Amino acid sequence: MKAIVNISLKAGVLDSQGKAVHHALDSLHFSGVDDVRVGKQIILKLDTNDKTVAMADVTKMCEELLANTVIEDYEIELV
Amino acid sequence: MQKSTTKVTILQFPGTNCEYDTQHAFEGLGATTEIVWHKSESIPSDTNLLVVAGGFSYGDYLRSGAIAKFSPVMKAVSEYANNGGKVLGICNGFQVLTEAGLLPGALKRNDGLHFISKHHYLKVHNNDNIFLEKLDNGDVINIPIAHHDGNYFIDSEGLKDLYDNNQVLLTYTDEEGNAKNPNGSVDSIAGICNKQKNVFGLMPHPERAMETILGSDDGIKMLQGFLAE
Repeated sequence: MKAIVNISLKAGVLDSQGKAVHHALDSLHFSGVDDVRVGKQIILKLDTNDKTVAMADVTKMCEELLANTVIEDYEIELV
Repeated sequence: MQKSTTKVTILQFPGTNCEYDTQHAFEGLGATTEIVWHKSESIPSDTNLLVVAGGFSYGDYLRSGAIAKFSPVMKAVSEYANNGGKVLGICNGFQVLTEAGLLPGALKRNDGLHFISKHHYLKVHNNDNIFLEKLDNGDVINIPIAHHDGNYFIDSEGLKDLYDNNQVLLTYTDEEGNAKNPNGSVDSIAGICNKQKNVFGLMPHPERAMETILGSDDGIKMLQGFLAE
């Protein structure tokens, strides 16, 4: 199975890139955007099909390496 | 220059680019130095100061300092620091030390999103530590900065801890010492130390401020703090 990990800055941590993209959208006259957050997506191909095992493993990966939990949140989706 | 008995060990990761400047700076002050490749599983036993030099370890992939923290040498660095050994992280070295959990907080992308490379004034906040003991609180010094991810972040609880324990070492200011924030850092913080005051991290480059002909020699007093008389 695959794990899709979405990493973004925590709420309350200023996202400068999101802000810059928001400004750029404004200058292109896309007026309906309230907020922009820029994150990153990491796709892992796993050799297990056991969701519980996969979730436990990927959570550990996020905590140890993929995300810096001082400033970032992560979400894991298994497909 | 008076000869010192201090041994400075400087770490080198793939992508480190300030190790030779750092070596030159400390040798100019009379220290003995050794550059240690990141694959080494130990650090020289006679080390008096361990420097994690600046640069772009592992190309800043994933996050600045994130991959370097898993290099073989980092286990020895943690042990050395936890046993009270003195560790100094400059620029990327500061990022590595926060990623490794040896210093609190994290370094984010600069608020302006630009790489900033220029001289900047800094104010000394706490000199009751070996790093800044040759300076006075309130001193304004001129040191180059060169970073893309220098935006120091720590949550409000962590920030209170830093102040309570005199761990805020340096802040970005103008020439008169008024706060001037180049990168969005919380409270304009440029450098901190750990609670035990043996692990130090800063984004500015004192090793690039060793000669007036190159713009400033204010780095001398900082690095001298680590040298045995």
